[in-house]
Amino acid sequence: MRKRLLFLVTIIFAFSMILAGCSGNNKEEVSGNEKNGTKLELWTFNELHGKYYSHMAKLWNESHPNKKINLVVNVYPYEDAHNKLLVALQSGKGAPDLADIEISKFANFLKGKPQILPLNDVIEPEQNSIVQSRLDIYSKDGKYYGIDFHVGASVIYYNKEILDKAGVNPDDIKTWDDFEKAGKTVLEKTGKPMTTLETTDQWSLWPQVAQLKGSVDFLDENGKVNLDDPQIIKVLKYQQKLIKEGIAIAAPGNFHHAEEYYGFMNKGGAASVWMPMWYMGRFVDYMPDLKGKIVIKPMPSWEIGSPRSAGMGGTGTVVTNQSKHPQLAKEFLAYAKLSKEGNIEIWKQLGFDPIRKDVWNSPELRESNKFTEYFGSNIFDILLEIKDEIEGVKIGERTPEVSDAIKTKILYRTLVDMEDPEKVLKEVTKELK
Amino acid sequence: MSNGTINTQRNKSNHVVNVKKRIRVPNVLYSQNIAPYFFVLPFILSFCIFFAYPVFSTIIMSFQEVLPGETTFIGLENYKNLWNPTFLKAIKNSTIYTILTLLILIPFPLVLAVFLNSKMMFAKNIFRSITFIPALTSVVVAGIIFRLIFGSQEGALLNSIITFFGGESRAWLNSSGTSMFALVVLATWRWMGVNLLYYLAGLQNIPKELYESAEIDGASTWQKFIYITLPLLKPITVYVLTISIYGGYSMFAESYMLYGSNRSPNDIGLTIVGYLYRNGIEQNNLGFGSAIGITLLLITFIITITQLKFLGMFRKEE
Repeated sequence: MRKRLLFLVTIIFAFSMILAGCSGNNKEEVSGNEKNGTKLELWTFNELHGKYYSHMAKLWNESHPNKKINLVVNVYPYEDAHNKLLVALQSGKGAPDLADIEISKFANFLKGKPQILPLNDVIEPEQNSIVQSRLDIYSKDGKYYGIDFHVGASVIYYNKEILDKAGVNPDDIKTWDDFEKAGKTVLEKTGKPMTTLETTDQWSLWPQVAQLKGSVDFLDENGKVNLDDPQIIKVLKYQQKLIKEGIAIAAPGNFHHAEEYYGFMNKGGAASVWMPMWYMGRFVDYMPDLKGKIVIKPMPSWEIGSPRSAGMGGTGTVVTNQSKHPQLAKEFLAYAKLSKEGNIEIWKQLGFDPIRKDVWNSPELRESNKFTEYFGSNIFDILLEIKDEIEGVKIGERTPEVSDAIKTKILYRTLVDMEDPEKVLKEVTKELK
Repeated sequence: MSNGTINTQRNKSNHVVNVKKRIRVPNVLYSQNIAPYFFVLPFILSFCIFFAYPVFSTIIMSFQEVLPGETTFIGLENYKNLWNPTFLKAIKNSTIYTILTLLILIPFPLVLAVFLNSKMMFAKNIFRSITFIPALTSVVVAGIIFRLIFGSQEGALLNSIITFFGGESRAWLNSSGTSMFALVVLATWRWMGVNLLYYLAGLQNIPKELYESAEIDGASTWQKFIYITLPLLKPITVYVLTISIYGGYSMFAESYMLYGSNRSPNDIGLTIVGYLYRNGIEQNNLGFGSAIGITLLLITFIITITQLKFLGMFRKEE
């Protein structure tokens, strides 16, 4: 009997030792963090964004010695970052203070009662200097919930070497008709396709749709699905025609962020690609052989005089309602992405076209860096040239569904399986409605 | 018979009384009436917390629109919305995948197991390990490796083999036939060893005397296989069939890893769980996601019950 009791006591003792061990560790960690300032946690899906925030936290601590923060940045894969955040917000537990949300996912977070905090108090004082359309895409009922990195002006990147061989001057290409004609020449003279089109992502289609005159977009004014708009059908028919004529090919690897595509382009596979300005980084990092051969130009327009660009993509950074230090989180976010110094750093570190118009002319943006070395020194002249032609996009609750439909059905069926664009768009619209 | 039961009960109660007399303090700990409940408690608890409760709340959620901060009952709306081409495509994909995996992952492991169980086979353990190792590999790693194998570049493994023999390289993951092929190859590679192990265990339980007496009667190897091995392996086959049906319909990670996301061109890799994940998690529509989940539960339930009934698993053993 005694033995049994002894056995029981030993087990209880052992368990309490284990438990004590656990709690001891936790305490140490907490006190260690408090020494470095208030702990703020941030989730992102992009390693470069993560590095940027860490850099900005360092600068913040230097200039705000009384409000030091200890920023813990977690980088997750794209889907995981958004899904984890959705689940954490939905269940009311485990969300970080700050989080990056990509534009095509943002509407998911505005459904119902948003579990993220309005940022009007930090945005309004700076609102005049900021491109308004980049605020509207993250807003609901007059409240702004996210702050973007960049304007994402779409431009076209030409491979000068190939164009020269074909005797085509990129400055002569004013409209999409000119582009098609030039493409024919390039194909005849060099045997290379003029461009590549994405078949499982939206960055070839969306800029062409958003730059249409008026406010035509995938969603209409009331947020309803507008994919079967006659103008959108026309855009898709134009893309299909390019492929039929051999002027364009489906991007190797299906989209412009695929390994296969980088390899193909790096070897001079196609003469051009239209993507937003933030795509510059991909050239610099993944297509090093094209250094000095790429020129950036405004996109061709549908007609002479109609807009030549559209603001594409984006990452809205939010403060969640689970943050223990919401005010501090907002202040840091404003410092990192709204302030002048923040916007200059965004250009320097990430090569993104910042959302503050008043820094575009500042000397810091003329300093040479890895982007100017690659593309030449006049990158910002392009942006200044088209700054009033950057069309905004319509973002609404249906955006994630529409974006999924484009990525999985519409483009593939029309550009690879060559189905009739009108039929496909009508069919998908009907399904989404 | 009945006397015997009474006797044991009496003995039991005597024993309990004796124990009570000897030790007073922890008598609850030694109670034979409580002990069985105590030992099944972990299962009951985990069943309730991790299965019964979630299933119950999923059923409720499938009749709701679940938004952050607000839920509203919308009746059968979610189930009505299920009737759309994308979901039908997901069901079709999952069904084809399940049938193909059943056609491969039941007969082949069975035959391989018979070979590996044979006395004439050499290096048995090495072959067993080789077939089983893929099951230990994480599906994430396997998926990435298969994505590289089935890559669309000319330098990708499969394409370089084909071009070496004069064939033309192709984008394997871009058309429905070849992408299903890739998925089935991945499933075969991963699960062959596991099913083989079940069959090996089953084979080793067949009494040798049966084969010996069959030999005395002059049965050939083929006859022994047909009349002894196959019938006696029936319980194993039913088990493997059941888990393979469930496994086929619940496949998600393989397709997700093969395409690097839940989105494949023209939804050729979309499965039912993929559709659930896309709507419930990716698009924050948990009510609709729940309806998909319940539908999946019903599909697998009906198929499994029909299959078990058809194979006579509900008949009482004689």
